[in-house]
Amino acid sequence: MEKLIGLLIMIAVGVGLALVFWGLNRLLGPKSPNVVKDVPFETGRAPISASGRRMAVKFYMIAILFVLFDIEMIFLYPWAVVFRDIGAVALVSMMIFIAVLVLGLAYIWKRGALEWQ
Amino acid sequence: MQDYIWLIPFFPLLGFLINGLLGKYLSEKVIGILGSAMVFLSFSTAVVLFFQLTQLDPENRLFINTLYTWMATGSFSADVAFRFDALSAVMVLVVTGVGFLIHVYSIGYMHGDRGFARFFSFLNLFTFAMLLLVLGNNFLIMFLGWEGVGLCSYLLIGFWYENPEYAYAGNKAFIVNRIGDFGFLIGIFMIFGYFGSLNFDTVLSAAGMQPEWVITTICLLLFVGATGKSAQIPLYVWLPDAMAGPTPVSALIHAATMVTAGVYMICRTSAMYVLSEVALSVVAIIGLLTALMAATIAITSKDIKKVLAYSTVSQLGYMFLAAGVGAFATAIFHLMTHAFFKALMFLAAGSVMHALSNETNIDKMGGLKNKIGTTYRTFWVGGLAISGILPFAGFFSKDEILWKAFSSPFGSTVFWAVGTLIAGLTAFYMWRMIYTVFYGESRVDKEVALHIHESPKVMTVPLIVLAALSTVGGLVNIPHYFPMFEHFLDPVFMKYINPAAFEASHGSFGLELTFAAISLVVAFTGIWLAKVMYVQRRELPDKIASSVKGLYTLLFNKYYVDELYDKIIVKPFVKVSDAFFYAFFDVKIIDGIVNGSAKIMDSIAGVLRRSHSGVVQFYALSLVVGAIALFGYLIFG
Amino acid sequence: MNGFEFDWIAIAPFLILSVLGFAVVVLGISFPKMYRGTLGTIVLVGFAVAFLASLQSWDDARLAFGGMITADKFSSAFSCIFILGATLTIGLSINQVEEKYLLYSDYFALVVFATAGMTLMASGTNLLTLFLGLETLSIALYVLAGFRRSNEFALEASFKYFLLGAFASGFLLYGIALIYGITGSTDLTKISAYVSSEGILGSKMFFAGFLLLLVGFGFKISVFPFHLWAPDVYQGAPTPISAFMATGSKAAGFAALMRFMIAMQSTTQSGWQDIIWVIAAATMILGNVIALRQSNVKRMLAYSSIAHAGYILIGVLAGNTIGSSGIIFYLLTYTFMNIGAFGVISYLSTAEHEFITLSDFRGLASSRPFAAIAMAAFMFSLAGIPPLAGFMAKFYLFSAGVKAGYVWLVIIAVVTSMISLYYYLGLVVQMFMRDKEADVAATAPLQPAVMIAISIAMLAILILGIFPSRWVSLFQDLARSLM
Repeated sequence: MEKLIGLLIMIAVGVGLALVFWGLNRLLGPKSPNVVKDVPFETGRAPISASGRRMAVKFYMIAILFVLFDIEMIFLYPWAVVFRDIGAVALVSMMIFIAVLVLGLAYIWKRGALEWQ
Repeated sequence: MQDYIWLIPFFPLLGFLINGLLGKYLSEKVIGILGSAMVFLSFSTAVVLFFQLTQLDPENRLFINTLYTWMATGSFSADVAFRFDALSAVMVLVVTGVGFLIHVYSIGYMHGDRGFARFFSFLNLFTFAMLLLVLGNNFLIMFLGWEGVGLCSYLLIGFWYENPEYAYAGNKAFIVNRIGDFGFLIGIFMIFGYFGSLNFDTVLSAAGMQPEWVITTICLLLFVGATGKSAQIPLYVWLPDAMAGPTPVSALIHAATMVTAGVYMICRTSAMYVLSEVALSVVAIIGLLTALMAATIAITSKDIKKVLAYSTVSQLGYMFLAAGVGAFATAIFHLMTHAFFKALMFLAAGSVMHALSNETNIDKMGGLKNKIGTTYRTFWVGGLAISGILPFAGFFSKDEILWKAFSSPFGSTVFWAVGTLIAGLTAFYMWRMIYTVFYGESRVDKEVALHIHESPKVMTVPLIVLAALSTVGGLVNIPHYFPMFEHFLDPVFMKYINPAAFEASHGSFGLELTFAAISLVVAFTGIWLAKVMYVQRRELPDKIASSVKGLYTLLFNKYYVDELYDKIIVKPFVKVSDAFFYAFFDVKIIDGIVNGSAKIMDSIAGVLRRSHSGVVQFYALSLVVGAIALFGYLIFG
Repeated sequence: MNGFEFDWIAIAPFLILSVLGFAVVVLGISFPKMYRGTLGTIVLVGFAVAFLASLQSWDDARLAFGGMITADKFSSAFSCIFILGATLTIGLSINQVEEKYLLYSDYFALVVFATAGMTLMASGTNLLTLFLGLETLSIALYVLAGFRRSNEFALEASFKYFLLGAFASGFLLYGIALIYGITGSTDLTKISAYVSSEGILGSKMFFAGFLLLLVGFGFKISVFPFHLWAPDVYQGAPTPISAFMATGSKAAGFAALMRFMIAMQSTTQSGWQDIIWVIAAATMILGNVIALRQSNVKRMLAYSSIAHAGYILIGVLAGNTIGSSGIIFYLLTYTFMNIGAFGVISYLSTAEHEFITLSDFRGLASSRPFAAIAMAAFMFSLAGIPPLAGFMAKFYLFSAGVKAGYVWLVIIAVVTSMISLYYYLGLVVQMFMRDKEADVAATAPLQPAVMIAISIAMLAILILGIFPSRWVSLFQDLARSLM
């Protein structure tokens, strides 16, 4: 219990400070709303439609696929750095990894995830 | 030959499989003959084994047939093994012998029922389970049989499930028996924990080494199991309702065999019970109270099968009384004679119902004496036997119990006095029924009266055989002159205990004869009273009933025990389970709480609502709350 | 990285299954019209090979990949259980996949990948390997749970499972981080050494990590209070997948939990027993009591599977040889009886009518006797009625509990299994003792593969119940090798 007192105090101070600042803002901040202020800012022009619009699911699909294949870079960079030290084992490992990725690419291609229509 | 003990339970199992799987394709005749023949084969095997057993010295009378090791964990192992000693022998012979007669009777009784094959396969399955129970060489096999007979009982009570009331009776039996089984199972686990074995010989021979409180606890837990299966206070409530099943079932399961499992179990573990005076007293007192309570209820009941049911409860109470005063052989003796005469009376009652288009209300009977003569005469024999009239079977066993209740070191005068009173009550209520059903004027409905007929031979012959057994069955054990039965059984009970502890502490032969005379007088008084009230002066019962209205209502409503249980146990349980577990944790209700108003709006698109509900947050919250609770333990625990 | 040798045999089951999974994907996209039975057969052959490969490490324990992987009796037994479960799942699915759902090659491949993840969980002796296996398993299951894409229950199931699963993984990962922070290693042997010297309560941070891991595992094995997802997910997922989740995934969770707990055990016993005790008791009570009120059989089986997790925790708590071997025996029998029970549902369901409410089962004994008898056998076994395997399994676990001194917990377990008998038997009553309603008839065509799978499961619970000693003694060898 004693060991944790510090932690508890820190949590209390952290949460408390946030609450205090937020509350002070509410209390002290001047409020003078008007119509123009409430309009969303959109490159200086009046908004042409509601902002909470539905997007086609295809956009998400592409985004996810991008992230999926982009992530491989995270593995390729460190691999490239130590490749010389480890040698053949590293080469084979990375080949397997890339092969699996290629398989995945072939799969989404064939399943039609890359078709826009 | 002892390697063939397994055949005894095997035959009924075979019958169950054939009738259960192929019953659809077989004719009634084949099914009935097959089912009965399988039990008869078991009976024959048992007879052969029995005679081989008697060839041996009394101390060595034990066959064990180990099939294989069922399970083994380190030092503990349990075999699939059967044990055939004097006690098992008696039980097996009763189960298969009486069982066979009841199977034969069922061929006639169930004729034309659409569940004919199902009935016989269940009946065979029951016989199989019951044989496992009495033949098992360890607690596990016994438990296997114990659960099996319970299951069959449940299936057979609800056999005519079209009637919701019958299905309810099945449920009730099931739940009440669960409570008993729970005690039994915990008892078994305790035995396992303290003895490290579940083998009867190992456990019983080591019982003396355990502290007394352990033995007492185990015995009491086992007895909880016995009160469930053998319908003793406080768990007897299921048995009268169990009469919803077909009458042969009532005869076989709920009178002759299954309900005696508790008595058998206590006798099997008698070496433990004698070490605990507390446990023995509890057994005796519960037995005596049950016997008294059930006998008083039976006086007012108007249903022919319910009278017999309460009488069964009462007689089982006698057996527990005997076991509770350490007279185990006497308990088994009464178990056997009771199996004869109670099976007889149930089957005869079934025959009466058969004649009267399934009428069970005794107020709608009367004057049947000459119309169904065979049934009447066999019923009459049963009545004399249960009332304890010399020389019928019940006299010897019941008298022996009363004497032991007085003379045994665990007995007392009170036990004897109350027991004798119950004997009088028994004679009274049983003859009240016989006089109402068979004597006086016919009160049968006109339409039914046209069809009154004696049952076919296939039903009456078993009745006659059972009547014969009820007449002479008691002669195998005549105290002092011919105590064959006791001498046969005693080696089983005396194996691990000092026989000196069971010498009668007081009483003499002269006193015993006096007591026998007293109980005869009491029994005759009961019969005479019944005759006066129900044949000669028919207006008396109503007069008496109205003069002690309160008592009569109390008895007629069976002491309101069902209502009491409903109020203090069933209702609160349902409430708690609804209010707490269900309402609090079940998703549907949580949906309702979370979505309150949304639920009403969405009630049409009920299915859709679920996928749109915000419940998943609640699930996540429970994860967090759970984690926080664990951390609470970390900080404060 | 010295000692980082490649030991192909140690990870042979995982490798074989992975390759099999990829092969199924490739076949699926190359020959979209391939007959489902052919593909199913290929998967089953692959499973057979993986099964044999798992058996290899029974007698020949080996440490591989610098202690990340341990192939021993434990991993061998568990891998075999997983593969058996997966085999039966495929058997249940073969006929269903095409009729009900598209993309059956993906379905098969995901089952195979999930199984691969399970084998990794059984052989991992490093928290990271365990986590890797868990995620491989989980991600495949998230997709499988929502495989009936046009069914709103399925979408709900998949969505909930994914969200909560990811949440629980977070707990797990955080726990691993804390433990790594204190001990400087994720290797279970090193962690065990730390526990031996410092005790589990030696550092509050360590204990906090331990608790977070418990939350993560608790989610996977669905114990109170981390169980809420199970009924919804089981209800929505395709029935064979519900079976797969209730058995394989749960067994994998227990495998990982056991590995972890064994590492925690090498010290003076204190701290965590009370927690597991409470969780086990609450799980048994809640699972069984709520199951009483279910009219949907899949939900009922879900709550029952929650309750069974509670029983198994008794074995974890006991921590003795009987307990450990009891858990494995229990999981083996549980795999058969639960897949069997879900299998019967799957056997009777058609694309139009899912056979899941209690009233669907009315009078089944006369219209579909095979299904009714099989279902009754599974219900009796789940309820623990001798001589079926469920009884033996419970008996071993409970006696382990008694032996370790947890008498009260065993009493709760016995009481709750008595309660459970009521709802299991309720289904049997519907099938055998009620007459069927006119309009609800079982119209599903006879499906040989499903029938075979159900028969195998039925045979297995009979054999394991009547002749259990051989298997139990095998598992006891296993348990002794762990201690």
